Amino acid sequence: MPAAAKAEKTDKSVSRATKASAWGKEQELSAYREMLLIRRFEEKAGQLYGMGLIGGFCHLYIGQEAVVVGMQMALKEGDQVITAYRDHGHMLACGMEANGVMAELTGRRGGYSKGKGGSMHMFSIEKNFYGGHGIVGAQVSLGTGIAFANRYRENGNVCLTYFGDGASNQGQVYESFNMAELWKLPVVYIIENNKYAMGTSVERSSALQDFSRRGASFNIPGEKVDGMDVRAVYEAGMKAVGHARTGEGPFILEMQTYRYRGHSMSDPAKYRAKEEVEKMRTERDPIERVRNRILEGKLASEDEIKKIDAEIRTIVNESAEFATNDQEPDASELYTDVLR
Amino acid sequence: MPIEVLMPALSPTMEKGNLAKWLKAEGDDVKAGDVIAEIETDKATMEVEAVDEGKLGKILVPEGTQDVAVNTPIALILGEGESASDAPAKSASKKAEAPAKKADATLEKRPAAAEKPVEAAPVELDVPEGTEMANQTVREALRDAMAEEMRRDPGVFVMGEEVAEYQGAYKVTQGLLQEFGAKRVIDTPITEHGFAGVGVGAGFTGLKPIVEFMTFNFSMQAIDQIVNSAAKTLYMSGGQVQCSIVFRGPNGAAARVAAQHSQDFASWYAHIPGLKVVSPYTAADAKGLLKSAIRDPNPVIFLENEILYGKTFPVPKLDDYLVPIGKAKIARPGKDVTILAWSIGMTYALEAAEELAKKHIFAEVIDLRTIRPLDMQTIVESVKKTGRCVTVEEGWPQFGVGSEIAARIMEEAFDYLDAPVKRVTGEDVPMPYAANLEKLALPNAAKVIEAARAVTYR
Repeated sequence: MPAAAKAEKTDKSVSRATKASAWGKEQELSAYREMLLIRRFEEKAGQLYGMGLIGGFCHLYIGQEAVVVGMQMALKEGDQVITAYRDHGHMLACGMEANGVMAELTGRRGGYSKGKGGSMHMFSIEKNFYGGHGIVGAQVSLGTGIAFANRYRENGNVCLTYFGDGASNQGQVYESFNMAELWKLPVVYIIENNKYAMGTSVERSSALQDFSRRGASFNIPGEKVDGMDVRAVYEAGMKAVGHARTGEGPFILEMQTYRYRGHSMSDPAKYRAKEEVEKMRTERDPIERVRNRILEGKLASEDEIKKIDAEIRTIVNESAEFATNDQEPDASELYTDVLR
Repeated sequence: MPIEVLMPALSPTMEKGNLAKWLKAEGDDVKAGDVIAEIETDKATMEVEAVDEGKLGKILVPEGTQDVAVNTPIALILGEGESASDAPAKSASKKAEAPAKKADATLEKRPAAAEKPVEAAPVELDVPEGTEMANQTVREALRDAMAEEMRRDPGVFVMGEEVAEYQGAYKVTQGLLQEFGAKRVIDTPITEHGFAGVGVGAGFTGLKPIVEFMTFNFSMQAIDQIVNSAAKTLYMSGGQVQCSIVFRGPNGAAARVAAQHSQDFASWYAHIPGLKVVSPYTAADAKGLLKSAIRDPNPVIFLENEILYGKTFPVPKLDDYLVPIGKAKIARPGKDVTILAWSIGMTYALEAAEELAKKHIFAEVIDLRTIRPLDMQTIVESVKKTGRCVTVEEGWPQFGVGSEIAARIMEEAFDYLDAPVKRVTGEDVPMPYAANLEKLALPNAAKVIEAARAVTYR
C-alpha cells in the first residue's frame, strides 16, 4: 500500500475511534488537574522570570497542555518520554515534582539537575524522562535510540519522542524515521505543531504542511490530531502507542496545537495577530474544554472544581517558594559530573 | 614486447597482497576484462582483470604466494608472435622493490663511542612476567577487543556502516556478525548524524554502544550528537544520565585520499570536557585500550589509523588484557630530548629517535596513547629529565594537541626547559592529493629529527 494512502486510512479510522470514546469522571478530572497544574506552573514561571529569578531562555507551554497530558495517559509504567526545550509541561506530566522543576529553573541545588541544567536540560531517570534537549531536532535521534534500546532489551516499552513543527525540517529527523521504520522500533513521534517555529509560520517554513505525512516516504503511518482536545489526544495516543508496542514500528501523530505565549520569554510575538491568539484562547482552550465537559456532564460540581484549582495553586506557590529560598549549588559542583 | 601484468594496489594504503589464485593458465587466450587472478589484501579478496589482449605467456608469481609487493610483475601477456623470453629483464621488479627500502643514508651510521647510549630495548608491557605473546595486527587486536567485551557484557553492541555483512569497510569487525548475530552487530544506513544520535540515546538507557565511523571524517556530520548530547548530558543532568559509548574508526590521513578524507580529529575532540580521547599505536595498546574504552562509563572517542591497521605487534596472550585510559607510556627511554607522539606519529618519532641515537642524541619517546585526559605527570617527569620537548602530530598546528602540551609544559615545568618546545605538525593547509604535495604536508621522521636537533642545539 502506498504510504500516503496508508496514512490517510489511519486518519479516518482514528477519527471514528475518537467519537466512540467516552471518558468517565475519573479521567476527565485527572486530565483537568494535570493540565491546570502545567498552566499555573507556567504562569508562575513567567512571573518569576519577570522578576529576574529565572535566567536565560524560558519557553512556556501554555496552550499546549492537552498534548502531553493526553499522551501520558496512554502510557504504561516503563515507557519513556523525551522532548526539546519547551519541556516543563512534559516533566510535570511525567510525574516529576513541581518543586524540583521550579528549583532547576531558578538554578538552585534542589533542582532536578542540581541547578546545572536549567529550563532546557532536565532529566529524571526515575520517571523515565530523558530530557530536556536544547538542540532543535537532536532529541529525535536520541528518542529513536531509546526505542532501539527497548527493542534490544525486548522490554515492551515505547518511547514518546516529541518535537515541534520547526524541528520537523531538521535532517536528522528523517535519518531517524528511516532507521525507526527499517528496524520497527517502538517509538511514537509526536509533532507538536503550534504553527510557529519561533517567529516563522509553518506556511513560510514548510513545503508540506501536513506533518502527519512527514513519514510517508518511509512508510510510517501518521495522523492529525486535535491537540487542543485532551480526549482526542488520548485516543490517538492509545492507538499509536499500541502500534509501536506490538512491533509494528513507529507512528507519527501531528498534534495541532497552539502556544499562547511567545517562543520564549523574550519574544514579543509580533509575527501573529493578537486576535489569532485571542480566538484560540476563547474558543479552543484545552482546559476550559474539559472544565465545561465536566460541568455540563455533571461529573463534578463547581465547588469540587474550585477545590482542585486551590490545590493546584498551593502546589505551584509552594514550588515557587521552594525555588526562591533553596540555596544555589555549592561552588564545588562546578567540577562534578563532567566525567563519571 | 610482452606486456607485464603488475600486482595491483587495491586500496589507498595497500602495499602488498597475496596471490590467491590464477584463473587462467599459461597459454590461455585472454582479452581485456577477463578475470585472470584473485588477489587477497588484508581487507578483501579482489579479482584482477586483464587490461590487454593476448596470450597469457608466463606466470611470474605462482598462486599461493604471500606478500607480493604492489607493482611486482605477476604475469606476461604476449602479443601475436611473441614469446616469454622477450620480456624486459627485471626492470619492473626493481621498481617495485624500491619503495620498500628506505634510503636512509642521510644520517651517518656511526655507533656511539664517546657517550654511553641509553638502551633502546623494547619497552616491557605491563603484564605478568613470562606472559606469552602472540603477533597480531592492530586490526585483529581491535576486533578481539570488541569480541571479548561483547562476550563479557550483553549490553555491548556495534553499529555503523558496513560493520556486519560486509565485515567492516576496513575489516575491523570481521567475524563479529557470525559470532554475535544481527541484533548486536548492526549495519546502519549512511546516516552518521542519525545513528550517532541513536547510539547516544541507547547509551542513555545503559546499553554500551560501539559506534563505528567508517572514517572519522564523517563524524563531523554527527559532531552535534557527540558534543552536545554524549559529552554534556551527565553534567546537564546533575549526574543522573550517563552515556557509556565508544565512537571509533580510522582517523587522520590514509594515503592519497585528499582533503575531505584526511583529517586528524584529536584536537577537535580533546577540546571537549565530558569526552575521553584515546589513540593507540601498537596492537597491544589498541586491544587493551579499546577494552577499557568499552567499559568506561563515559563517552570515549577512539581514534584509529588506517595505515596502522595492518601493522603487526606482539600482544599479550591474556584472557583480559586492559590498558588504562589516561596513562602515557615511555616507548623508548632517553635523556636528551622528549619526543611526544601517538598513533601513526609514533612511527616518525621512533624512526627519528633511532637516527638521532646515531648522532648521540638520545631521545625519550613517549607514546601518549590518551589525548584527553593528558598524562601530564609522565610528560612533565620526562621534560624535567631532558629539558627539551618535541611534539609530533598529523593535525594542524593552530590550537593543536602540541600547542596545548607546550602551554601546559610552560605552566608546569617552565624552570626545567632548556629550549622552547617545538611542534612537528601537519602543514597548515587542506590535504593535497598529489603524492609529492601530500608527503610535504605530513610530518615525517626527518622533520622530527630536525626539530630535535633544533631544541638540543646540535
